[in-house]
Amino acid sequence: MKKLLSLIAMAGALTAGTSFSSQAADAPKKPEPTLEQRIATVEAYINNTDPTAPLKAKIKTKDKDGKEVETEAVPEGLVTPTSATSGPGHNGFMMVCAALVLFMTLPGLFLFYGGLVRKKNILSVIAQCFGIAGLVTILWVVCGYSLIFADGTDMIAGVLGNLKFSMLSGVDSLPNTNYSYWVSHNVFSMFQMMFAIITPALILGAIAERMKFAAILAFVALWMFIVYFPLAHMVWGINGLMNGVWNANASIKAIDFAGGTVVHMSSGWSALVLCLILGKRLGFGKDPMQPHSMVMCSIGTGMLWVGWYGFNAGSAVAADGVAANAFTTTTIAAAVASFVWPVLEWIVRGKPSVLGFCSGAVAGLVVITPAAGFVTPGGALLIGILAGVVPFVACTSLKKMFGYDDALDTFGVHAVGGTLGALLTGMLARNGSNANLATNLKDKVTDSLFQPLVVEQLKAMALTIVLSVVGTVVIAYIVKAVIGLRPTEEVERMGLDVSEHGEEGYHGS
Amino acid sequence: MKKVEAIIKPFKLEEVKDALGEIGVEGMTVSEVKGFGRQKGHTEIYRGSEYTVDFLPKIKLELVLPDSRVDAAVAAIIKSAKTGKIGDGKVFISPVDDAIRIRTEEKGDSAV
Repeated sequence: MKKLLSLIAMAGALTAGTSFSSQAADAPKKPEPTLEQRIATVEAYINNTDPTAPLKAKIKTKDKDGKEVETEAVPEGLVTPTSATSGPGHNGFMMVCAALVLFMTLPGLFLFYGGLVRKKNILSVIAQCFGIAGLVTILWVVCGYSLIFADGTDMIAGVLGNLKFSMLSGVDSLPNTNYSYWVSHNVFSMFQMMFAIITPALILGAIAERMKFAAILAFVALWMFIVYFPLAHMVWGINGLMNGVWNANASIKAIDFAGGTVVHMSSGWSALVLCLILGKRLGFGKDPMQPHSMVMCSIGTGMLWVGWYGFNAGSAVAADGVAANAFTTTTIAAAVASFVWPVLEWIVRGKPSVLGFCSGAVAGLVVITPAAGFVTPGGALLIGILAGVVPFVACTSLKKMFGYDDALDTFGVHAVGGTLGALLTGMLARNGSNANLATNLKDKVTDSLFQPLVVEQLKAMALTIVLSVVGTVVIAYIVKAVIGLRPTEEVERMGLDVSEHGEEGYHGS
Repeated sequence: MKKVEAIIKPFKLEEVKDALGEIGVEGMTVSEVKGFGRQKGHTEIYRGSEYTVDFLPKIKLELVLPDSRVDAAVAAIIKSAKTGKIGDGKVFISPVDDAIRIRTEEKGDSAV
């Protein structure tokens, strides 16, 4: 047996030797990494840093004038077994996170919203969520991802990327080092796509029970191009004009960890505008419109909360310390807000309601979203308390005062919560929570409540509101003119399930 | 032969059934119903919106008995369903022309 093994080993060495010598004959000898360099790239994986840094050396090259200059670069052909690959841990974590974010929409959001509508419209909410998932995925592959995350020259500088990655060409399993050293480019793209799916789906809450399915799809398709893709590029694109963390040349040095502006403010403010243009549900204020199943709504809330770990911790784009901090702050804010909201109800109205627990949890998650990776646990506690108070007041008083029919409170929770979150992120971001704040924001984050970052956040909030409101007004009137927004009165009274989808959610025995 | 219909509080059903069983009532029909009387409905609040729910869930009990047993049955229902608070329900008694047991085609008192 031993003999056989040594024979195989010898044969192996021999073939390896021949292939090496034949390679050496054809091409110049590849530089070999040292053992230190090989270990250093593995350490880079553990620490989520640049694996090519330890390979760099001073190289003499000639510049365009023919002068010899010395630059830091990786010698041509120098790689280690781990320097040009994705890291399994970070990659695995991000795939799970991407699935969790999809889980927020399907089924989390459609159960949360679906429980709150009347029996006759439950399937319409489900159909709308599925419809958006498919539609946005098509747009994403064709050009959406590229318009947000492509590097190189922007179509509109700082606002909209280019078509380099259209049809996801070049988006393979190797990391795109603009966004992550260790996560596969295609995994990063899918993770981001789940955000692009849930954002327009959030708008559905404001316009529930009374908008034509075709009009919703048309609205969402246009909204992605006019509002979402530009906003996401501005905030998260490597050249984005509001990407304060990574773009040294950003004109607004704002920060948004997981989507306070991009996801919640954009959907929430657009939802308000769309529900105003759409008008109230038939019988609003007269007919009973109670949630048809608070049980379903609560199940959806639980799923949203769990899925949100993918949303917030995953926004670190690595299983690193920033993700760990985001996971912690997310838990604190959600739990505290889900407690504060019903306690307020208890004080004001005499009873803590299950919808109060659910609303509080979602509000806490919304408000912590832009802050998750930047604040301390103490900051998260404060955020949780305010998230239980401010959206509560918006949902219970503001709506009554102005009489708009934001059916399931997308504005009250997401716009108000997202705006509050963006502001609180400016006040509570701390260098100790995220070392990346020191890269481009040294003079903005001074670890005090009224640090200069607050002003940058206010600018980003204003730009987000203007883009969402103006964009939505334009799109809504285009869709209204071309295909109409509302179904007929008869269809609306009968319920969208039977009339628009030809099905019923519940049948008798 | 008379029909006794009793509208009672849902949580009293077991007690009423046992009380009727004790005096030898062998069958009854029960349905879940909604309605209101003097008790009226209640208010539900979902975030900012208040809704008045007029119809409260109740249980309707129906039994058909020979005339001689009606008084005892009504007394048993009243005793077991009473809480003394508003919303305890009502008992209605009405004449029944005939009854037929489907399996044997017996008629009248022997069918009930």
